[in-house]
Amino acid sequence: MIEQSALSELAGIVGKENLLTTPEDLACYGFDATPRLGGRPDAVAKPGSTQEVSKILQLANRAGFKVVPRGAGTNLSGGSVPIAGGLVMQMNRLNRILEIDSENLTALVEPGVVTSDLHAAVEAIGLFYPPDPGSMTVSTMGGNVAENAGGLRGLKYGVTRDYVMGLEVVLPSGDVITTGGKTVKNVTGYDLTRLMVGSEGTLGVITKILVRLIPKPETKKTMLVYYRTLGDAAETVSSIIAHRVIPPTLEFLDNVTVRCVEQYIHAGLPQDMEAILLIEVDGPASVVEEDAAKVVDVCRQHNAAEIQVSRSAEDSLRLAAGRRAALPALARIKPTMVLEDATVPRSQVAAMVRRVQQIAERHGLLIGTFGHAGDGNLHPTIVCDERDHDEMERVERAVDEIFHAALELGGTLSGEHGIGLSKAPFMTLEMKDAGMKAMVAIKRALDPNNILNPGKMYLDQFTQSHEPMGGVLGPRS
Amino acid sequence: MRMAERDGHKAFAPKRAPSYDDVLNCIRCGLCLSVCPTYRETGTETNSPRGRVAMIRAAAEGKLELSRNFVDHMYRCLNCGACAAVCPSGVEAHEIVIDARVEIDNKLPQPAIKKWVFEGLLPSPARLEAAAWPLRLFQRSGLQWLAERTGLLNMLPYNLGKTAQLPPKLPMSPLRHRLPEVTPARGERRYRVAFFLGCAQSLLFAESSAATVRVLARNGAEVVTPRDSVCCGMPAMAYGDLDTALRLARRNIDIFERIDADVIVTDCATCGESGKQYREWLKHDPVYSEKAEAYSSRFMDISEFLAGIPLDDRLSEVKARVTYHDPCHLVRGQGVSSQPRKLLQMIPGVDFVEMKEANWCCGGAGTYAMTHYETSMKILDRKMANAAETDAEVIASGCPVCQMQLGYGVRRAGLEMQVTHAIALLDRAYRDR
Amino acid sequence: MDQMKRELIASLCSIVGEEWVLTTPEDLICYGYDASYLQDRPGVVVLPKSAREISEILKLSNSERIPVVVRGTGTGMSGGSIPNEASMVLSVTRMNRVKEIDLVNLVAVVEPGVITADLQAEVEKLGLFYPPDPASLKQSTLGGNVAEGAGGPRCLKYGTTKDYVLGLEVVLPTGEIIRTGGKLMKDVTGYNLTQLFVGSEGTLGVITEIILRLIPKPQAKRTAMAVFPRLEDATQTVTNLLGAGILPSTIEIMDNTTIRVVEEYLKMGLPVEAGAILIIEVDGREESIIPEIEEVGLVCQRSGASEVQVATTAEGCEALWKARRAVSPALGRLAPAKQGEDISVPRSAIPEMVRRIGEISRKYDLVIPVFGHAGDGNLHPNLLFDTRDHEMMERVHKAASEIFTAAIELGGTLSGEHGIGLVKQPYIARRLSPPVLGLMQRIKTTFDPNNLLNPGKMLYPEQP
Repeated sequence: MIEQSALSELAGIVGKENLLTTPEDLACYGFDATPRLGGRPDAVAKPGSTQEVSKILQLANRAGFKVVPRGAGTNLSGGSVPIAGGLVMQMNRLNRILEIDSENLTALVEPGVVTSDLHAAVEAIGLFYPPDPGSMTVSTMGGNVAENAGGLRGLKYGVTRDYVMGLEVVLPSGDVITTGGKTVKNVTGYDLTRLMVGSEGTLGVITKILVRLIPKPETKKTMLVYYRTLGDAAETVSSIIAHRVIPPTLEFLDNVTVRCVEQYIHAGLPQDMEAILLIEVDGPASVVEEDAAKVVDVCRQHNAAEIQVSRSAEDSLRLAAGRRAALPALARIKPTMVLEDATVPRSQVAAMVRRVQQIAERHGLLIGTFGHAGDGNLHPTIVCDERDHDEMERVERAVDEIFHAALELGGTLSGEHGIGLSKAPFMTLEMKDAGMKAMVAIKRALDPNNILNPGKMYLDQFTQSHEPMGGVLGPRS
Repeated sequence: MRMAERDGHKAFAPKRAPSYDDVLNCIRCGLCLSVCPTYRETGTETNSPRGRVAMIRAAAEGKLELSRNFVDHMYRCLNCGACAAVCPSGVEAHEIVIDARVEIDNKLPQPAIKKWVFEGLLPSPARLEAAAWPLRLFQRSGLQWLAERTGLLNMLPYNLGKTAQLPPKLPMSPLRHRLPEVTPARGERRYRVAFFLGCAQSLLFAESSAATVRVLARNGAEVVTPRDSVCCGMPAMAYGDLDTALRLARRNIDIFERIDADVIVTDCATCGESGKQYREWLKHDPVYSEKAEAYSSRFMDISEFLAGIPLDDRLSEVKARVTYHDPCHLVRGQGVSSQPRKLLQMIPGVDFVEMKEANWCCGGAGTYAMTHYETSMKILDRKMANAAETDAEVIASGCPVCQMQLGYGVRRAGLEMQVTHAIALLDRAYRDR
Repeated sequence: MDQMKRELIASLCSIVGEEWVLTTPEDLICYGYDASYLQDRPGVVVLPKSAREISEILKLSNSERIPVVVRGTGTGMSGGSIPNEASMVLSVTRMNRVKEIDLVNLVAVVEPGVITADLQAEVEKLGLFYPPDPASLKQSTLGGNVAEGAGGPRCLKYGTTKDYVLGLEVVLPTGEIIRTGGKLMKDVTGYNLTQLFVGSEGTLGVITEIILRLIPKPQAKRTAMAVFPRLEDATQTVTNLLGAGILPSTIEIMDNTTIRVVEEYLKMGLPVEAGAILIIEVDGREESIIPEIEEVGLVCQRSGASEVQVATTAEGCEALWKARRAVSPALGRLAPAKQGEDISVPRSAIPEMVRRIGEISRKYDLVIPVFGHAGDGNLHPNLLFDTRDHEMMERVHKAASEIFTAAIELGGTLSGEHGIGLVKQPYIARRLSPPVLGLMQRIKTTFDPNNLLNPGKMLYPEQP
């Protein structure tokens, strides 16, 4: 609970109209896009400046309430769910693109800027900001940075972390710091920028983001390739890379997913293919022609049943539509969708897909697997109904097995969605005690009163049950 | 400014102290680490040129004493010169190490055997040859065969057992006795060449040098080989015995001064380098500086000489895959590397193949294989691996120590390869005609 | 100290073996310097072979309160591996295996003592590429590269060491062994500890295994040297090239002083009268780089180049790079000592930064050669001096200070790739605000409560 006096102070900081306290408001800010998770904040504040954020955090420390930062709430791991009550801090008022520097190829944005808006702004002047998470038409840059979002273009271009050059962050203490800068190279001090990226709102609140831009690729070609067997599709993935072509996009859809997609968009996708690959190559026109030809060749060598190559930009969109429809298609089948994010090394993609299929069979569940085969980041998606308790129990067991499978194959719990709440219980499996201790120690160093986004990433639970690292914690006196 | 002139420079005396600027120029960039064989095989900083220069500087500044350990480190350097070749600041670490050894020789008591070898044996060819008899006997009496088979050799201390196996089979008599003082040119006499017969060649690879003289004669050179030339002095210099080295240098200068010849030629890379260095060694000598200059300026390696004259092209085929190992004293000491290759490739039937790291030291480095067996073998093993990769049947080179070391390496690695002097191969091509 | 030292040495011997604990005065001298102008002597040197041994050593160090300074091949330029008498040098040079090159996942797993150039040679044989190319690549180790966040000319196009580290195994100062990241391209599990350790200059942990990202080797490359009578034109050309839509893999600059000193050393016919030269390399597909290098030539000429030479053979290209890599060491010929700075400014500020360096050199009557990675804004103005000349040292300190001020004023930073170490410590507060410094200090204390790992470096001028 937030005391009345604190609420008044909050109103004083952000203005009465930017502090929401009615039950209807609060109901809307207790969830994000993660299924089955929900909480209830005590209040919602919408700060309009870095100073306001700073004052709020200082107040939180004094008055002892928790703060959960929030962008567009499209998070898939419960990162913006206020499970411990407290204040949800909605960052959408800070939504300006502050600067696009075409000489230094940087853009400075506020955290509430919607990612695809940034895309449009920079592409209009021939520049490119590659990270393209599936939610990009809705999700915000601040959220992308906090979760280190990925996207389809990750294979060739990298993820959000590779593009963040600097940040303005408000620390849990209320101190405002800037990290990084416009220089391409910077080794002055510890890399706080990249510490913050992917910290899921537990180390600080991001109030400005400086990103790197690159020149826009001249052109691209899209290919949709059907395979009768999973093995052939998986081998194609490795083979393309072995031929030294790094396509920006190398996406995979399994049979379950394809059927669901076809039901939804009626695009004439074949129902009997074990796997479909969506491949894009981009760059200067001559390179694109050459790369596309190589890719087509490789696909044929691996027994592709059919290959369609785009001839125009519209064609590209049409071919890619199937992949982009995966999520909505699956969502329509049953009310609840548990979208996992287990990632494995590229060489294990086929193995992972087969394991998921076995798990689905074993537990009698409908699981469609699609995702970024090129970088091993797959999305096994369990379609279910949360009202069916029996089924949900099986779902939990299946999720457990999926994580174990990923870790066994040398992978990780999350490639791009973050840990948040949903994967927290599995953290020690991967991080081991020593890794968790290191993380907890950092969290304590930055947020001694644990006010920022508590309960996420397993940090609190671990602290309760383990000895601190090194025997001494806290700043030296 | 000489280091000894500065305050607090206790370790080094004025005579041949490295100049402070020399060691100061080292900016510790570490480039030398990438080419130093001893560093590569051991990975310890003290075994690197940068480390050796640092120790010498510390000694000069009074921060290190000439301790046993210090001396030990100074003698781990191969003097291969690879460091100097890459140093951007112009520091010649291998030369600075020699300077340090000279100081050690001056300041510390030396083992008696050293005095015996350098002051007793080297200046006298006769005594040197006499000292070779025990080895010759050991090899030819069957004793070596027995010692090897029974493993007796492995029981000897100080790697003496291995040392005994390094040299090739000694010829019955050194070449110095068999080679006439004047070998006439075959056909028209176009050049008069003084031949510097090195002691190692004479004792260990007599046939090789005999071949050199034959090739010279074949190509119109009248070859004059003074019977009384002495050791070139490099071994003494390498062990820091500056006085002996200079004495030997002066003696050789006197001997060759008497010979009226266009050039002085040698087929031993080490003798070649020291011959060319006499001008440096003796530049402060009031009497000999000019003579040394004259001597050094007409000194050449055999391959340099031959590559510079029109050669008799009546060569028969030598069908072999041949690779070449650059002796340190030839490639870096004298800048000679293309000439031997040119000569080898002139021979019909020769399939010349370049080996990896051809100009890296073989680990022979004078007596290094005897004094630092383990490190020497590590370096040699790498050289042998590179050689084996070429599938060559013949490794050609231009230095007796290299030849001895490579010969040992071939036996050690069980390779079917011949080791020969490059010119000896040329001689083979001439022989049948 | 002696009694404790004997016990300490005995303990170390039991961990790594007597052979790998060095104590003679000669050893101590040789492990007390790096490629900066600083030098000191440690109390003992230890060369472990595994993470487990390092873990034991650090536990011992914590219980005995002996500071530990980690060292690769000691080619750092900021004093990062300089020890002192109370400390132990921990050299990782024995851990020098390339453990794995995974062709499917395009990663290499290496031990920290692997020499960068050696890894590059191995992966290039397989048609792969590890781009970061610090000038010291033939001598420096990957562990050192990671600890300093090393750069190199190719960073312009390919990014720095930071962008290639996917995972690490690290021994924390208190002895725990942790793994961060992995072979994965995408991994958001937990905090990004990997990049926290990259560039931490040996103050947060000892790196014992590195997982590096590899990319396909560019098919071909062309290298050009553009000669400019005027330095200003050369600096402006950088922007002009990028503005023309060309992304070379490198754009390096060398001013007149550096050209002359390299020519003296290598004698390769460099244009000693030029104001500056740019060395520009483009790489990629054979078909695309030929028009690209032509375009580069045209842009340079339009920007004031008097001549553009394109190296058409591998030897020609290597010769140009040899010249460029020789600059830093060759400058050693000009003065007994030098300190190469490593400032980094936004690209658009390069012409102004170079101009200001010129002003500063005139103001303090010092020769300050400038060269470096013009393409990404990371310049190396070198201060040349003789430590015996006290008056000169005063001017040198003032000049250095003004150079840093100028860099920060122009939106830049103190160090692009060499690290802070000891050399830039006095200036750190100009670039990092008190809350940031406080935060970094807290992180340090969190990992290293007894301040034993490389104390007194980077951010903390006080000794334990």
